[in-house]
Amino acid sequence: MLAFKLAFKNIMGAGLRTFLNIAVLSFAFVIIIWHNGVIDGWNQQARKDTTEWEIGQGQVWHPDFDPLDFLSYQDAHAPLSEALQSEVATGSLTPILIAQASAFPQGRMQGVVLRGIDPQQKILKIPAHLLEREDIKTPALIGKRMAQSLKLEEGDPLLLRWRDKNGAFDAVEITIVGVFDANVPTIDGGQIWLPLQRLQDMTGLPGEATLLVADESFTPSELSPWVFRSQGYLLSDLNAIIQSKKGSGAVLYGLMLIIALLAIFDTQVLSIFRRQKEIGTYIALGMTRRQVVGIFTVEGSTYSILAVLLGALYGTPLLFWLAKTGWAMPAASTDMGISIADRIYPVYGAGLVFGTVALMVIAATMVSYLPARKIARLNPTDAIKGKIQ
Amino acid sequence: MKKVIFPALAALFFLAFAWLPDANEILKKVEQNLSSDNRVVESEMTIHSRRSSRTMTAKTYSSGYKKSFTEYLSPAREAGTKMLKLENQLWIYSPSTDRTIQISGHMLRQSVMGSDLSYEDMMDDRKLTDVYTAKVVGEETLDGRKAHVLELTAKVADVAYFKRKMWVDTERFVPLKEELFAKSGQLLKRITMSNVQRIQGRWFPMDMTYKDMLKQGAGTEFKVKKIQFNTSIPEYVFSKGALKQ
Repeated sequence: MLAFKLAFKNIMGAGLRTFLNIAVLSFAFVIIIWHNGVIDGWNQQARKDTTEWEIGQGQVWHPDFDPLDFLSYQDAHAPLSEALQSEVATGSLTPILIAQASAFPQGRMQGVVLRGIDPQQKILKIPAHLLEREDIKTPALIGKRMAQSLKLEEGDPLLLRWRDKNGAFDAVEITIVGVFDANVPTIDGGQIWLPLQRLQDMTGLPGEATLLVADESFTPSELSPWVFRSQGYLLSDLNAIIQSKKGSGAVLYGLMLIIALLAIFDTQVLSIFRRQKEIGTYIALGMTRRQVVGIFTVEGSTYSILAVLLGALYGTPLLFWLAKTGWAMPAASTDMGISIADRIYPVYGAGLVFGTVALMVIAATMVSYLPARKIARLNPTDAIKGKIQ
Repeated sequence: MKKVIFPALAALFFLAFAWLPDANEILKKVEQNLSSDNRVVESEMTIHSRRSSRTMTAKTYSSGYKKSFTEYLSPAREAGTKMLKLENQLWIYSPSTDRTIQISGHMLRQSVMGSDLSYEDMMDDRKLTDVYTAKVVGEETLDGRKAHVLELTAKVADVAYFKRKMWVDTERFVPLKEELFAKSGQLLKRITMSNVQRIQGRWFPMDMTYKDMLKQGAGTEFKVKKIQFNTSIPEYVFSKGALKQ
């Protein structure tokens, strides 16, 4: 307790130097929480959107299907087994057929992926019910990004050319019946959603699918040769991106933290140099060297506690305001191929806040302890005389 | 009266069809003109895009329908690019990267050097008589030449174009125009042939224009500068080793 009292008195006595140390450290503290909050907020939003719009509670894939290999689309389809058909009938799975095609908006040719979806499905958030149009032969849904890239609006026609299962060309004019707004680019950019049965007819693949999306009631069992991909598997790429973003962010705020800690380190070195008489007095009064090292270490770590308090003072309203208004993402980020909302709302969990506090205190204590070790080697008589050693 | 009219109409109908030449015979004559055991073609391809046009020259060696080797000679940017087609496989060698890549799957649907021709169009190597049922549907005059109008409908499922319409010169048995249709009846491509010349005893269209009807632009012109039929082509030309030479 004495150590804390002395430490507090000493650093308060240092005036502006203390304030600068605390200010820089508190800034690092707030930035760390904000940055990690943004990443966590993005992670939560991206996982939620990807689950709701694309992957459901997992997917059952045709064994040849590889979403990253367009060449696999041509052969990755098969009729549904009886087990899968019964799951589809109960509504725990919804089939999706994928085929490649070329679209011709305004006379330009653009490669597109056709996705057939059951208009009555309830598993994904895609507004498939809009495809239930008897007045239109081939109704189609596209995402906002696709609409922008093809310069299409609801009600516009679009010429499509594709090959059926035998390789014969076919072409038809589709009508855009809806444009949905999702933050998941994999269901939007380059994708055209058609009624499943219509796409099956167009490609000559009746009753076939490329993958099936599951809801929470689906229990994976023996599906061979189809393969069940869990939500964890389907989100692994997103997790890897989030981790890499956290890593690159850590470099930036790590630098900031190092600058702040360097200031504490310097302050400690200077203190020990200038306060040798004080150290000698402590030892002469009966304090062990260990206790004196403790006083100086606690003094250093008190910077971090004060920095946390200062950071909390201006950081709390600031971080809450940012959590409320969100952080607008640049327009180009939507073309990166990963789920990013137009605006990311940071999420500050208790683990993040307490973890950051612990990081600050431990790091400040360590950089305070390192120069303080020198005290253990001081000769008390020389120290009391104030001799430089 | 009815007893007279119906037989008369039936006879007229029969006579009309009897008068029309046999479509398969026409196609066979067309193939006699256009196909050969092998050939060496020096050509010039001009691609008209929306903003500009560019021309490239190439030399192509082909053996029957199955093997073909093309080397681009100009412009400098494309010079040295080579393409080898063996049966249903296609490789492209790019001198700038010194790499040979195989074109397969959806990449075959890409256009060749930005033209109106896709790699798949180049891969189509079956005889028309093998995959289409042909019938003569009329006669028209194109650029002052009388032409049979043939309608070809696929008799096998694995054919790229379900229906074709072909205008064949009635004297020279060379196609003057061809239209390629999707299963839905949508016109996909139009090919016009002109500058028909007599070469080594056969008629051959030296100029062709390919137009992808779904795309904007003036199409792709293909001019044959020099052609030699049934000449001697060393077998190594049709090997992957020839791509890097």
